[in-house]
Parts: sequence; structure tokens; C-alpha cells
Amino acid sequence: MAKDKQHQLDIVTKPQFIDGSALKIPMLQILAEDGTIRKGAEQPEMDKELALKIFDTMQFIRILDERMIAAQRQGRISFYLSSLGEEAASIGSAAALSDQDMIMGQYREQGALAFRGFTVEQFMNQLFSNERDLGKGRQMPVHYGCAELNFMTIASPLATQIPQATGYAYGQKMDKSGNCTICYFGEGAASEGDFHAALNMAAVYKVPAIFFCRNNGYAISTPSQGEQYAGDGIAPRGVAYGMKTIRVDGNDVFAVYQATQLARKLAVEENEPVLIEGMSYRMAGHSTSDDPTGYRTREEENAWRAKDPVVRFQKWLQNQGWISEEEAQQNYDEKKAAVLAALKSAETVPVPHIDEIIEDVYDTPPKHLKKQLEALKAHIRKYPEAYPKTASRIDGGDK
Amino acid sequence: MAKMNLLQAINNALDIAMAKSDKVYSFGEDTGAFGGVFRATSGLTEKYGRHRNFNTPLVEQGILGFANGLASQGSYAIAEIQFGDYIFPAFDQIVNESAKFRYRSGNEFDVGGLTIRTPYGGGIAGGHYHSQSPEAYFAHTPGLKIVMPRNPYMAKGLLLSAIFDKNPVLFMEPKRLYRASVGEVPEEEYTLELGKADVVKEGKDITVLAWGAQVEMAEKAAEMAANDGIDCEVIDLVSILPWDVETVAESVRKTGRLVITQEAPITGGFASEVAATIQDECFLYLESPIARVCGLDTPYPLSHEKEYFVDHLKVYEAIKASMTY
Repeated sequence: MAKDKQHQLDIVTKPQFIDGSALKIPMLQILAEDGTIRKGAEQPEMDKELALKIFDTMQFIRILDERMIAAQRQGRISFYLSSLGEEAASIGSAAALSDQDMIMGQYREQGALAFRGFTVEQFMNQLFSNERDLGKGRQMPVHYGCAELNFMTIASPLATQIPQATGYAYGQKMDKSGNCTICYFGEGAASEGDFHAALNMAAVYKVPAIFFCRNNGYAISTPSQGEQYAGDGIAPRGVAYGMKTIRVDGNDVFAVYQATQLARKLAVEENEPVLIEGMSYRMAGHSTSDDPTGYRTREEENAWRAKDPVVRFQKWLQNQGWISEEEAQQNYDEKKAAVLAALKSAETVPVPHIDEIIEDVYDTPPKHLKKQLEALKAHIRKYPEAYPKTASRIDGGDK
Repeated sequence: MAKMNLLQAINNALDIAMAKSDKVYSFGEDTGAFGGVFRATSGLTEKYGRHRNFNTPLVEQGILGFANGLASQGSYAIAEIQFGDYIFPAFDQIVNESAKFRYRSGNEFDVGGLTIRTPYGGGIAGGHYHSQSPEAYFAHTPGLKIVMPRNPYMAKGLLLSAIFDKNPVLFMEPKRLYRASVGEVPEEEYTLELGKADVVKEGKDITVLAWGAQVEMAEKAAEMAANDGIDCEVIDLVSILPWDVETVAESVRKTGRLVITQEAPITGGFASEVAATIQDECFLYLESPIARVCGLDTPYPLSHEKEYFVDHLKVYEAIKASMTY
């Protein structure tokens, strides 16, 4: 075949369109829906301790999500985002990383954070925006962050973290740190310009980054297929940007774990960025402000319930003889009690002192902010009953 | 000391910063081996390698996203946006990310190592999209610092401060003066304080305030006014955010009059912010209304650039009007 040397292209002499569906990317599945290993699949090596830690984290997140949705309904917190149904995607991938690898999440990766060791008290302090929250009560619930655990603070704007992951990974590469950055986002966020900028730059610069798309079927109410995109999901975009890409069953913890483990090797050892698309389903509403009955059917939800990632993994663990149904139930009850206790405790912790309002805008508060704070405090002193959360501690307090 | 134009001073500051720390990275569209469309980064790839000074794909939101990530990792990220007019695709990354990174995380993370360099301003036959002065959009964003130098000496010292400042800094370079402004610049490292205005010329009758390239117009107008016996105090604001209220207020308490001039359109411009604050600080000292001499509320025109341009004659007229109010 003739060649175009400058672009290194084959030359054809008849018009030839490539069909938009020409690239159909298959999905890796190792753990079948009935909890058995698929024929021909190779179960990734995983010892009992790690397997049970993953399961433990799954259980914990399920309880946390359920209790906090209830707490929001009772008016105890303002807002909540559940990760119900997507636990395998975030926990299975986090389990394949080193603790020194950076995690940049969207807002449905509480599982990855819990796996890293964020305590139930730390979760609660953030959810109640109290003075013990690492984020100093400044962001809505679920916007967690923890430098010690290498978990970048969550921001509400979608996809902004994706090019940041490229930049962070560039720094890791230059420092020869031997670490990578994993970046999570949804299939809806993958429509944002930041996604495209990020993947292109990561491929061009060859940075150790893993882009993990949780394709959970919906962006609030907008279904992925046909309304978010017309093609074969998100995965082919990785190929288009010249990046190694894989699609996995996002509800299969083994597929997620194995793909992420291999991706990490590529990222850290070869400086190859990787795109992973995990196919899953958002079992809950987008947030507590959303009601899915307005845009999808119970039948559809039930079909996905049969693919539940936690139930599936539990079946496998029971088949292995690593946990019994009774033990699983006992663990569940213990965790539930711990969640309830932490919730009650965090609820009574006061909000941060009013002086915190001007901290961290800059490394030190400039004059104009100090002046504005003094004016605000004078006003609060005048009308203390209008500002009960801060008025009682305005003078003295803990600062 | 060496004679340098504004571009050379900027290039020199980048060179010093990159030599000082191997965690300093410089990047943008065409800024690699080619050295940028204005040549501000020339020679840096040769000296520090293509991993330290490099080209980016053509995507401003990506440049700032990448820069935020790199800065949050602990590096010094110097991102060039080729023209201030093209910074808007990166607006979200700057306003929602750079500016709030530290605050939203409770100081768990920050992008203090970020510096955004961008040429701004008109007078170069650049039409709508190579002439704008977009500082006011960013001045409305707590968490950013904004600096606009007026000459090579200021540019070098301020840029070195900006790069190593613990906060994200938007450094806006007056491109009309890139080669036109030449002056003596120390060859060694030095820094100038951010947030501090500079009294360019002391005077007792009226205060004339400007920043960036517009300081030149304020100085020329002051010279004309001097022939009429008017003694102007000319102040370069230098930093737009946070800005030096004290120096300006102190001057106005002395002179009783204030003319503020900016290149950008008058409505919602930073001159309005200064005027509001100074009338609050100096109300009883004012002898005449605070005057703003600014661009028209139109896009930046090409064929009528000369008429649109906020030249020294317009500033001079405002000085006289204020004196005879």
C-alpha cells in the first residue's frame, strides 16, 4: 500500500468512511453475577486479609450511605451523595494502589477514601461541617479531603480534577516518585472540555495517571446511552487520544482490581497513562435532592440490583469459606452501631469559630479581610440571637 | 545593572527562578524551544531541558488544569496564556479551582506555587481579541493575587515575588511595552513586595492613579499639567488584588483630588472599585468628584483604536476638570 511519509499514513484511492461504531470495546468480567469465577477468567491474586478488607469497606460505605440519606431526610444534614451500587469501582481500584498514590475523586468515591483509612469520625465531622472537619466546615457534605491519606479535596465543579490529575502526575514523574495519580469521574463529566484536555495532555506528556470513568448510566436524570453520547461510551476516547484503554465490569471487584493493578504498573513503570471505563449503575438518586422515579423504571433498577457488586463479592467470599453469612451480618451490625455513635457525637460538635471565615483565602489574611472580619463580628455582637452558631463563642472561644 | 526591555526582564526572572529550584516549570502554547510568540521564554528549554520549559497542546483550560495539579503537587507552575483575551476558557480553573484550592480544603492542599503569566492591553492594532485588559473579572475573586507591572525593573522583581509567593498569582504583562519599555535592571535576583503601590512622582495638588501600561499615560499627563502649574502625585497601583488602600488614601487625604485611569471599559472596571473605597476612606477630604478615565463600554475597536485608546490627553483633560471643579 502507498504511504504518505509526512503523516505516516496509508493512502487509499476510494472514499472510505470509518463507521462511528467501528471500534467496539469489550468488557472484562472475572466474577460472574452468581459470585463464581467466569470460565476462562483468571482470578487476580488476593489474600484473605485484603479480600476481607475490601468487603469490610464495602459494608461500611453501604451503611454510611444508608444512614446519611436517612439523616438528611430527618433534617440533620443538608445534603448527601450516595455511592450505592458503585462500591466495587471505587474500593476495588483503590485496593490496587499504593497508599502514596494520589487519589483525585469526583464525589462518589467515599469507598476509596474509607479504604485508605479515613475514620468514621472523620467522615462524620465533614458531613456535619463541624470544627473538627479537616475542611473546616467550608464545603457541602461529601466534599472530603485528606492530605495525610493522599486524597485530594473534592470540588463540586465537574471534571476540573481531570486535567489537575495530569499535572499532579507530571510532578510525580519529574520527582521520580514511583507513584501515580488515579482520577475518578462519571460518564457525564467526560463530556466536559476538561476531560478532553486532560486525556490529550496526559498522552502527550506520558504521565503516570489512571483515569477511571465510573459509567453509572446517568448524569442526574440524563441517561448515558443516546443522550450523553452517541458512540460506544467513554473508552474509545482513550484510544483516540493515543492512550492504553480498558473497559471493565464496574460491579465486578476482581475485574476492577486486576485492571487497576495492571494500569498502575503501566503508569509507574512505563509512564503510560491509562483510561479505565467501569460499567456500573447508580442505584440511588444523584443526590438527596433528586428523585429517580421521574426518569427511570423500577424494572430497570431491579435488573441492576441482580448485579449488586457487594452481594456478588460476598457470595464469592462465602464460597471460599472466608466469611459466613452470620459473620457478615455480625460485622454489619457492629459497623452500623459505630456509624450511629459517630453520627450522634459529631452532631453535637460546634461549627468552626467565626475567625476561621477569613483563614486560608490566602496563606495569611490580608488587611482588608481582617477589617471585614472585625466589622462582621461587631455586627454579630449587636444581634447575637440572629447568629446563634457563632455568637456565643465570638469573644474568647478557642482562638 | 543591565539595560533590558520588559520582555528581557521577564525572561531573566524566569531564568533565575528556574535556576533557583528544579521544581519550577514553565509552559504554555508555543513557549517551548521556540520561546513563545513574544519570546518571553526563549532560551529556557536549551538551558533547563524540555521537561522544565515546554509546549502545551492548544487548550487554555487544560493549561490551567494541568498547572493547578502540578502546583498542588508541590511544584512551582508558571503557566503562560498567550493573550489575556484567550484566558476565558481557563476561567473556571482559575476562579473555581486556583482561587479556592486552599480555602475549600481547609489548608490540606494549596496551589500557592501557581503563577499565570499573560500579556494584556491595547495600543498595538490588535483589535477585539488581542487588546483586552481583563483584570476586573479576576479582581472579583478572593484567593487570587493580581499584579500588573509598568516597566522592566518592576516586572522582574514582581515576577520573582509572584513565582515564589505562597498564593496563586495572575501576572499581567503590558504587551505594548514589551519592547518599548527599556530600563536599568539589576542582573541578580531581587524581589518587590506584592500588594504595595508605588509613588512614581510626588505632588501636592491632585493624585493620578494608574497601573500597568497606563502609568505611562498618567506620567505624560502629569508633565503636561506641570506646565499649567498643577503638581500631580502619580501612583502606580502595581497590585490589583489585594490592593494598597493606605497608600492611595494617604495621597488623596493630602491632595483632595483623585483621577483614576485604566485601559479597560469603564463600567464594572477596577477604577470603580478604587473610587468607591476612596470616597469611603476620604469623603471629607475630597475637593472634587473622583474621576475615572477609562475605555469606552464597547469592544476594543481596530480602526478607531486611536480614538478609543485612553491616551495622556484624556487623562490631562480629566486632571484640569478636577482642578477647576
